[in-house]
Amino acid sequence: MAARPPEEIKMTPILKALEDQDTSFTYDPLENAMVLNMGPQHPATHGVLRLLVKLDGETVVASVPELGYLHRGYEKIAENSTYHEFIPHTDRLDYLSPLSNNVGYVLAVEKLLGIEVPERAQYIRVLVCEMARVASHLVAVGSMGMDVGALTVLLWTFREREKLLDIFDVLCGARFTTSYTRIGGLQRDWPDQCTAMLDIFLKEFDEDLAEVEYLLRTNRIFVDRCEGVGYVSQADCIALGLTGPLLRAAGVPHDLRRDNPYLVYGKFDFNVVTATESDALARFYVRIAEMKESARILRQALGTLPGGPFNAMEPKRVLPKKERTYTKMEELIHDFMLVNIGIDPPVGEVYQAIESSKGELGFYIVSDGTGQPWRMKIRSPSMSNLQSLPMMLKGGMISDIVAVIGSVDPVMGEADK
Amino acid sequence: MNNGQILDKLKGRYPESIIGSDEFRGDLTVNVRKDDIVRVGEFLRSDPDLSFDLIVDACGVDMYRPEERFEVVYNIYSLKNKRYIRLKVRVGEEDPTVPTVTGVWPGANWHERETWDMFGIKFAGHPDLRRLYMPEEFEHHPLRKDFPLMGIPDSLPLPRR
Repeated sequence: MAARPPEEIKMTPILKALEDQDTSFTYDPLENAMVLNMGPQHPATHGVLRLLVKLDGETVVASVPELGYLHRGYEKIAENSTYHEFIPHTDRLDYLSPLSNNVGYVLAVEKLLGIEVPERAQYIRVLVCEMARVASHLVAVGSMGMDVGALTVLLWTFREREKLLDIFDVLCGARFTTSYTRIGGLQRDWPDQCTAMLDIFLKEFDEDLAEVEYLLRTNRIFVDRCEGVGYVSQADCIALGLTGPLLRAAGVPHDLRRDNPYLVYGKFDFNVVTATESDALARFYVRIAEMKESARILRQALGTLPGGPFNAMEPKRVLPKKERTYTKMEELIHDFMLVNIGIDPPVGEVYQAIESSKGELGFYIVSDGTGQPWRMKIRSPSMSNLQSLPMMLKGGMISDIVAVIGSVDPVMGEADK
Repeated sequence: MNNGQILDKLKGRYPESIIGSDEFRGDLTVNVRKDDIVRVGEFLRSDPDLSFDLIVDACGVDMYRPEERFEVVYNIYSLKNKRYIRLKVRVGEEDPTVPTVTGVWPGANWHERETWDMFGIKFAGHPDLRRLYMPEEFEHHPLRKDFPLMGIPDSLPLPRR
């Protein structure tokens, strides 16, 4: 039975959407339902997610997520900038793993252009993607622990993540706003110093991750608050279009790295981790195990990193090296044309997706043959994953909300675009 | 199943619904008649061989042409065949209404809300067609090509005091 809001409260559309939701599973004879507004400035909503929750006592009867508080109109910006100009904007989508956004975007443009990058560049891209995945999962695990009261874990995972960010710093000069990839290659080569730093990181990582896992696995409060919370059935996961750790925690072994291999992922030996419980705890275990698999890929890629060029030999489409731009006439002309007019892609449309840390990150580009995309759609995993929130929260306790949001691990930068 | 087999199967079942198809860089695009999108989607999802069960994306495209100005694009993935298919529906400017596919793929819900928000394309039968990103009071549809990049002054209402 739905509670009537007092007359003086204006029925905003979002409140109406909440009232319209199916609440038939509860019986509320005293009509003591309460509407609670959570966010957009709530510390546990991972950014600016707003949630309108209807409560019966402490039980969540219905909920409506509201997006758009971080909407910056990146798709409109993309239509009005050249393909190269948009690369820095991809850093700001999923700001916890900017490098995999860089890679996903340039892969889509390269698919449109039909460019194959050299093998060394592909290996380096795999390396940075997996480092970004580990860094992002470390935040996910740490902040999920923090949300349910295990504050220590956050500091431990951030300590590990800091080592990766130091590698990013050496690699591309920035810890977060990396903008590392270029169409047809990379901004700069992988330095030996990064190999040494990554070696040290990988030596310690397994042990440190085991400590983090032990700290949470044996934490009675953490396990009790996450077990059986935020359940979505496997069929619902597929129907709602969930991807990434959420789908794999429901027992669907879907991973684009293996199913639709891009870059050189086909050469590496790794497992697609799945669980069957499909609750917050299962998602936590999937993320921990995925980090171990990422470390395996990193070791293999680092061991077999080939030499050679890191930019494709396509002078009309790939930005020349800066020092050559300053000293050579041809390169200066190419640089001028590429920066001012842009590359000349064929007319057509492509969709290219990668498996980012949150799920399937895709770019759909419609090209009209000019230097700017006619339309670019960013398929962000966080937005699709958040769609399952009302289903996960329904029937749970109000204190489960933070555990569920932590297990979904949304990044509002990419959900709102 | 490769793209040709998928297309043959689709054409064999609904020859009159498929207006055209295109393959570019290995991506299969199928143009579907607007009123048949639900029927074609249901067949794609429920057919045991095709089994396009995961909706990856749905979005609008403003082609900015006199007739059939907008396109609604659905990217669908088959977990069984590990393949993508792209369905495309064209809709005019005067009455931009497309049947909703939330009955086929419930995950299309927010993607269709976003398309309504950004392009002003309505989805007939959608359970909750509110704006996804922009405020409800906003009157324009920002990803239309005639909406200026810098926005329209005073079009975003300030919060009430």
